[in-house]
Amino acid sequence: MGAVTVADTIREITRVHLESNNGMLLGQCVSAVGWVNNTVPDCRNIVELPMTDVAGAGIAVGAAMVGRRPIFVVRFQDFLVLNGSALIFYAAKSKELHGRGTPIFVRAIASDGIGPVHSGVLHSMFMHFPGFRVCSPMAPKEYEAIWADFLAHDDPMIVSEHRASFNNSEELDDLVSEDAVITLYPISATRFEAVKAAEMLAAEGIRCNVVHILWLKPLVIDERMTGPLCRSGQGLVVDAGHEIAGASQAIAYQLTRVTGIPVLAMGLSDSTKCLCPPFQNRIPDAERIADAARILLRSKSSGGMAGG
Amino acid sequence: MRGNMRSATTGVLQNIASSFPANESLEIYRRMCISRHFELGLVRAVKEKRVTYPVYLSLGQETVAAALSMVLRDFMIFTQHRCHATFLCFGGPAGKLRDELMGLPTGTSGGRAGSNCIQCHENGVTMFGHHGLIGENVPQAVGAALGSGRPVVCFFGDGAAEEDYVVAAIGFASTHRLPILFVCEDNDLSILTPVEKRRSWRFGDVAASLGMKTVEIADDPWTIADRARELKNDLPAFMNIHVCRSNWHVGAGTDGAPEWDRFSFVESELGMLGLGKEAAAVKAESADAMEALWAP
Repeated sequence: MGAVTVADTIREITRVHLESNNGMLLGQCVSAVGWVNNTVPDCRNIVELPMTDVAGAGIAVGAAMVGRRPIFVVRFQDFLVLNGSALIFYAAKSKELHGRGTPIFVRAIASDGIGPVHSGVLHSMFMHFPGFRVCSPMAPKEYEAIWADFLAHDDPMIVSEHRASFNNSEELDDLVSEDAVITLYPISATRFEAVKAAEMLAAEGIRCNVVHILWLKPLVIDERMTGPLCRSGQGLVVDAGHEIAGASQAIAYQLTRVTGIPVLAMGLSDSTKCLCPPFQNRIPDAERIADAARILLRSKSSGGMAGG
Repeated sequence: MRGNMRSATTGVLQNIASSFPANESLEIYRRMCISRHFELGLVRAVKEKRVTYPVYLSLGQETVAAALSMVLRDFMIFTQHRCHATFLCFGGPAGKLRDELMGLPTGTSGGRAGSNCIQCHENGVTMFGHHGLIGENVPQAVGAALGSGRPVVCFFGDGAAEEDYVVAAIGFASTHRLPILFVCEDNDLSILTPVEKRRSWRFGDVAASLGMKTVEIADDPWTIADRARELKNDLPAFMNIHVCRSNWHVGAGTDGAPEWDRFSFVESELGMLGLGKEAAAVKAESADAMEALWAP
């Protein structure tokens, strides 16, 4: 038996929830070829929704309102623009308004390089609205942890998944060294790239911290987050979503505010993700992250501050 | 353009009131009176600025909730934004509604939600409020029926009926034969724009094409109760009920007399049934109770 992957973890968590916990799973084409990249088990309590995104989200919210703790599968995060209304306007508001939580587990799956409305990462949008817990697990144990968190709370949770993580079986521990000169804070699939970037930079003699961001909201700025930054003196938050007004800028601002150290943001440029390769506007890869770090360090050594 | 079926007599069953026991007719009327006099007190409170929240009044539309609450006793309730009558007729405590409208912590949502999103989870009533996204409660009602297996009554207006997700949700309910009675409280107005300026189709035709029984009737309470008794055994189903909103979309003001005054019709009918004296007593009792409730 091979190592347990993120996909295996999601599937088994789901199976237990549906078979033993009276849970539900709702989504479009979930039982189609591949069962959502092998993340959905073939068992009871699965509801195939018709291709009615807005209504489908409302139906899932309704199931949450009567205590089924539904898993709502959104095969491409871009569709959250349609699915979002029921989540934002009802699920995320009910607890503060009425004292009644609406716990719904939204599996928002991201991809890259497959076109303008199938490649987006939209977790930033949900960080903006009150009432959500937002996370982006990329490793098996992380997924188990965020699922336990969901069961322990009664809030709607946006789980910003990425297909790049589904075959991953390794945990992603922080990489921190006393002689690091920059700290990277990667989010979503950029976490895999940031680890590679740190290896590339190490080969050049540049020591680099990598502090992984799992939880986007609530965002806890604690010693784990600030210590490596204060010691390294430089920071770069890297996200798989658009940079402008997004998670990377928001978190960079928070880190700067708390530590007084300028932290830069790096995400997708402010352009559409087209299908053709030159214009795919893909998530920052290791080479680009390493380049950004080099520029930042050169800028510091010359007394200036680079753009992200 | 489909024919306009809107009138005070659309689908009203002749002599239906006489088939109801006197106590049922009086109980329907009592619930109408509770809602009516609660809101008359509320209108005074608004004018005296004791209530400053925006209010969505059920005045003129009371018969729908009064009649259906007699028939759908064990149903979960998903309301639209105009929901005071629903709350009161199905058994919500009037004092908590008053407190909610006054922003008090003793209100239905601790004074945080207000007139358009009233909830009730006591007195054996399960009623979910509406947050203001028109028609949002329809897919939620469908999900709740799917998730719980319990019967649901879902109220919405003629404007919400035009929301794409409302149609889609009702289609899902039909596909899965969910136990939901969809009720359109059709006052012909989206704020002030009448139905005929907004669409050329009737929602009843849409619901029928989705595979469920439908009725299109005016707001005669005995007809509503009778038809609901029939439909509740064959759900999902849809009722389009023509009503007259007496007041503004939001606020206590009026734009002249409504098209018809069902409240007066009901009182006349009770008189013809020989229940005029009893009805007067019911009205006086309700008025006194609500007067006391709203006393400064």
